Amino acid sequence: MRELSLHLLDIAENSISAKAKNITIEVVEDLKNDLLKLCVQDDGCGMSPEMAAAVIDPFVTSRTTRKVGLGIPLLKEAAEACNGYLVLESKIGEGTRINVQFQHSHIDRMPLGDLTTTILHLLVANPPVHWVFKYRFNDHEFIFDDEPVKKELEGLPLSEPAILNCLREMLESGIEDAKADHGS
Amino acid sequence: MSTIKSLEDLKRAREEALKKRELKASSGTVQVIVGMGTCGIAAGARDTMKSILDTIEKDSMNGIVVTQTGCIGLCEKEPIVMVVVGESPKVTYGKVTPEVAQKILKEHVGNGQVVKDHVLNI
Repeated sequence: MRELSLHLLDIAENSISAKAKNITIEVVEDLKNDLLKLCVQDDGCGMSPEMAAAVIDPFVTSRTTRKVGLGIPLLKEAAEACNGYLVLESKIGEGTRINVQFQHSHIDRMPLGDLTTTILHLLVANPPVHWVFKYRFNDHEFIFDDEPVKKELEGLPLSEPAILNCLREMLESGIEDAKADHGS
Repeated sequence: MSTIKSLEDLKRAREEALKKRELKASSGTVQVIVGMGTCGIAAGARDTMKSILDTIEKDSMNGIVVTQTGCIGLCEKEPIVMVVVGESPKVTYGKVTPEVAQKILKEHVGNGQVVKDHVLNI
């Protein structure tokens, strides 16, 4: 995967598989401290410590009890190659949180890529989940919570052309606005 | 500085969508399902999804429900897209690039013509 937003999509898919009802995705671009941080938090079924260890490093632990992919190990490696880390915290019955950090300016850091498409996709294709998306650029934060949006739509599918268009613009303009120079 | 789209805009979009849906209500629902396992994502499923959403938006195709599914065990055929039109049986497509996705929406969803070249026989 060549974009961090694809990795975010991949992690969020894990949360969906874990039957999460609430999923929060956070992206922080902190240029002052030269950091890029990603966080995905869910209230899904969670994992035992053994399972969590296996998810992080699938080749060390014996592979008998579980079925996991390579998404997380690949992201961990990518983060560590950029003076960063990936930490996974999980509790059975409570949920999982994954924090990833990169050195923002590192030459090997993958680009963030198309965040709007990733978020729009998750929103549209997984209506039962309550999504919160936070994007912070230095001190400016954009928060998108889909609860008021769904309330407003009263059950109308998000895949209607006019709604798609509106949601895309909400996300794009929100991210752009956070990135804009506020003269500070 | 751009203006942030608000819930007011969404309200208008909702009304617009509702009007268009009423016009189309008789033709039955269409479901488009995209495979989104790690294999799908790595094979480009998000670009396929983007193409589907863009086509719906640009061609104002109403009444389509887009959902996703995990890995269905055909990783080598990813990106996979399934289409269910009304009561017809599900059609599964493999190796769906953004271009193929657009074709499927226009020909299959739009005109009821299955895009035979990309159908998976499973």
